[in-house]
Amino acid sequence: MSVTVGSDGLISVRAGKVELGQGVLTALAQIAADALGADLAQVRMLPARTGDGPDEGFTAGSMSIAHAGPALRADCARVREAFTVEAARRWGVPPDAVTVRRGVFGCGGLTATYGDLAEAVPLDREEPPPPGAFPHPPPPEPVVVGVSVPRLDLPDKVVGRPRFVHDLCLPGRLYGRVLRPPSPGARLVRLRPLEGVRVVRDGSFLGVLGETEPEADRALARLRKAAEWEERDTLPDERDLHAYLRTGPHETIAVLTTTDNPPAEPDTGGSPTTGEPPAGTVHTATYSRPFIAHASIAPSCAVARWNERDGTLEVWSHTQGVHPLRTALAQVLGHPADRIEVRHVEGAGCYGHNGADDVALDAALLARAAPGRPVQVRWSRQDELTWAPFGSAMSADVTAAVDATGMVCSWAYDVWSQGHVSRPGHRGFPGLLAGAHLEQPLTYPAAGEPSPASGGGMARNAVPIYDFPHLRITGHRLLETPIRTSALRSLGAFMNVFAIESFMDELALAADLDPLAYRLAHLSDERGREVLRRAADAAGWRGPGQGLGFARYKGNGAYCAAVAEVEAEHHVRVRHLTIAVDVGQVVNPDGVRNQIEGGATQAASWTLKERVRFDRRRITSGDWASYPILRFSEAPEVSVELVEHPGTPSVGAGEAAQGPVAAAIANAVAYALGVRVRDLPLTREAVLAAIERD
Amino acid sequence: MTRLTVNGCSVEVGCDPGTPLLDVLRGELGLVGTRFGCGVGLCGACFVLLDGRVTASCDTPLSAAEGRAVVTVEGLAPGDELHPVQRAILEEQAGQCGYCLSGMLISAAALLAAEPRPSEEAVVRALDGNLCRCGVQRRIVRAVLKAAE
Repeated sequence: MSVTVGSDGLISVRAGKVELGQGVLTALAQIAADALGADLAQVRMLPARTGDGPDEGFTAGSMSIAHAGPALRADCARVREAFTVEAARRWGVPPDAVTVRRGVFGCGGLTATYGDLAEAVPLDREEPPPPGAFPHPPPPEPVVVGVSVPRLDLPDKVVGRPRFVHDLCLPGRLYGRVLRPPSPGARLVRLRPLEGVRVVRDGSFLGVLGETEPEADRALARLRKAAEWEERDTLPDERDLHAYLRTGPHETIAVLTTTDNPPAEPDTGGSPTTGEPPAGTVHTATYSRPFIAHASIAPSCAVARWNERDGTLEVWSHTQGVHPLRTALAQVLGHPADRIEVRHVEGAGCYGHNGADDVALDAALLARAAPGRPVQVRWSRQDELTWAPFGSAMSADVTAAVDATGMVCSWAYDVWSQGHVSRPGHRGFPGLLAGAHLEQPLTYPAAGEPSPASGGGMARNAVPIYDFPHLRITGHRLLETPIRTSALRSLGAFMNVFAIESFMDELALAADLDPLAYRLAHLSDERGREVLRRAADAAGWRGPGQGLGFARYKGNGAYCAAVAEVEAEHHVRVRHLTIAVDVGQVVNPDGVRNQIEGGATQAASWTLKERVRFDRRRITSGDWASYPILRFSEAPEVSVELVEHPGTPSVGAGEAAQGPVAAAIANAVAYALGVRVRDLPLTREAVLAAIERD
Repeated sequence: MTRLTVNGCSVEVGCDPGTPLLDVLRGELGLVGTRFGCGVGLCGACFVLLDGRVTASCDTPLSAAEGRAVVTVEGLAPGDELHPVQRAILEEQAGQCGYCLSGMLISAAALLAAEPRPSEEAVVRALDGNLCRCGVQRRIVRAVLKAAE
């Protein structure tokens, strides 16, 4: 049971989802409080751990509110009902005569709190009663769902209280550091002996332990000098990602085919076509994005302790999934999963599969050399920017045939990419970085793809929302890759929406039509139309330097339309983003706004600046100078319009804005400068190259 | 021994004088509100005030703080009180993961101490050395302007 009630009236909810900086525990607390008929202040959200609480897999894909919300609501409703029945029993009244509000049950003049009834309702000793076991008293009126309650975690964070896994201070703590190989293809060939340094080695996995953080850092510096590596050139040509991504072998992913006669056949890939090519004018364009890093400000960190007494391993981690991490650790360490406990502690702001799971294995490997002592491992900035999985580079061809009025008759889309998921447990592999460096190395396949039911990876949002009569959408997943990739916020949607929405503007321009009107002419989805209009109205469409981008995340999630207003002179500057979003029923309006603002700002950073750099041997963008992200002086003002649909299911907000914002910026630049940049990022050099090309 | 003042208290620290000030604060003094971000002073997560000046504690050796006054996020306001910027950040809900907040609070507090009524441009300039990945920059700017009211 994930809900317990104390005689002090505090209601503890053991969450299955984890706080990643997105505010999900606050939103879930709101849902719990309303389902319980309790006061928000008496609800305590406890962090996920493997020992108890629900196994809800990963906190990912903008699914927390959509999936965990209803489950938590049902659990809490059952608790409320059990307490209602107990109150009714005490008072000798039927359960449906008992009401509950702000944690107080009442009937006539009688009242009882959750705390008063707790001892008589043994929630923690048995399975929850099955649904329908009680007569159903009507649910209490929502009190806090739909309200912008403040984040529960922020008060600690503004005064610097210990809150992060980095701050966890367990008795006897040791500090660990890992010496990563200098390049993805490197192998340790020699290690000179080191006096007075506690080195841990397993194959090419190298680490050190220290009693203090400075001691660990000094030991790492000495270890670095003592290690000799053999390096090889394994990386592709960074300047020609199109060629790299399109040179196979590939797995072909037939995403959607509604026609035997797509407009034209792209140069490579795709299936043979039959039938007559469609009438109309054919347009085509090619777009790309580079590899992108998570680049959290907090480096990945974990604490692990091996307990000799009972053979257990305890791990404290900012993982997105305590259960999948436990399974992966068990696989790599050859240790029974039921002897491993993984507890969630907050860490870096998380935008996908970052280094959190990897550093947990690092900590476990180092802690094995110091039984009984907790070992905290923190990655360096360089580890963070070069060894955490990247979001894959992508390349796409869009081809459309349009009729005499410019309306799309048919549409073909081919996208080439590495896979977008290599999370622990994906296809049965632990996927943890150090596992590949051990004396008995584990080999992992190239990143795969989430299932279409989960929204796909490279195919995420590859299917346009528009009413195109004929479609053919194909993905091409690269099967051999020297660069490690996995999930980065919105996965393929960022690129696909950038490409689709850029191309829609190109088609509108060719037809001499307004981009908003052009989209509306192809869009029958009413919620989509409303979101587009709201964004355009709020932004004062179409002012100078404005561009539009629009999508419905995953085709079934949040609707989001963005209008970007840019200044493009010496370099591109985004002045303002106006974003309309429809996430169904809103649990916490300010929480949604914060997620949209943050997602949009991050997407502006990806769009304008970001690119993982490498030569043929090493990843070279290992610091903030070589991997710059958006600064305060570059952050656009973001205005958010919430298009509310109470009563419709709630969907996530964290990944809705990425694609629309990228497209809006690119379209605004095209409108402002009259040149089209199709390869991200939209740097000054890219704009100048496009001017020269045109 | 190195003697310095931290959040108004005189302390003596026995670490090697070359130890980064950040490690002294977190490891020796238990003031974990100051965060490690990059180790080379490029992200602002480790900012503290050193004699009132915003300083990256990750690449400042303990010796450089000898006899000087260090203020960390924990010392911005006395006791359980909140500094106006801390209050304003809560009011504006200007945070997501919150890891970078301590350093931003230091930058903002230094600005308001020097310039109680800063312009928006001045706020942006004062915070330009602080990186945020979650994207709460504009909320922070609003909060700092609010704190100055």
